[in-house]
Amino acid sequence: MAVLLEKNFPVEAGAYTTAGEASTTIKRTLKQLGISAETLRRVSVACYEVELNLVIHSLGGTLTLLVTPEKVTLISKDVGPGIPDIDKAMTEGYSTASDEARTLGFGAGMGLPNMKRNATEFDIQSEVGVGTTITMSFAL
Amino acid sequence: MTIREVMNIVEGKVLVGEDRLDTRVDTACGSDLMSDVLAFVKEKTVLITGLINPHVVRTSEMLDITCIVFSRGKMPSEEILEMADEIGITVLSSPMTTYTACGELYVHGLPGTKKKPAAEGV
Repeated sequence: MAVLLEKNFPVEAGAYTTAGEASTTIKRTLKQLGISAETLRRVSVACYEVELNLVIHSLGGTLTLLVTPEKVTLISKDVGPGIPDIDKAMTEGYSTASDEARTLGFGAGMGLPNMKRNATEFDIQSEVGVGTTITMSFAL
Repeated sequence: MTIREVMNIVEGKVLVGEDRLDTRVDTACGSDLMSDVLAFVKEKTVLITGLINPHVVRTSEMLDITCIVFSRGKMPSEEILEMADEIGITVLSSPMTTYTACGELYVHGLPGTKKKPAAEGV
């Protein structure tokens, strides 16, 4: 499948001030490619949620944007700490976010379910002590 | 309803976006929890919030929110206002509490947002 675009964005753990910058760049990039407003909103929301998760929960990671004529794919890969119970993490309202994240208006336990709701396909793989990889695709 | 009408109803003043007051809005959402805003909001929405930080603007940009109303007369920083202006989001400040501002907009005919449907194939 022809890859139209591939970009990597490193995301630093705990960098609350810059959190969301990768998502802003991704949204503007995709807008230039002319994808529909509705799809763009779904990608943007899921992207922002996953970027915030990297900042709030991970030890750091990378966000990858991949665009083909058929779909947009977002891959979030971090270096730990991993999620002990994925089913629990996928439950709306469950959150392990810090007070700092909550002060900023996040940590309501809506992130992962909201990503799943917005993506056409959603996959999460996690191993404690190794890391978490979330792959989301959005049909074009 | 236009943003100008929103401004009059919440007795607000414009902080940025004077030239965009005739933009139409279809729904409103009142929340300090950006997580919930990300889960519920659609386009052409007014966000009424008492939370003041750059993530309010970032969240709004992701959702194509057209207008932010900061309640209880809260004044965002210049940095926040510049971010909003660059994206094209109109920012108002209202002396009302979030509850009152939402109530006034609702009785004047601006409905709330509903949870978004799942994407096709889910």
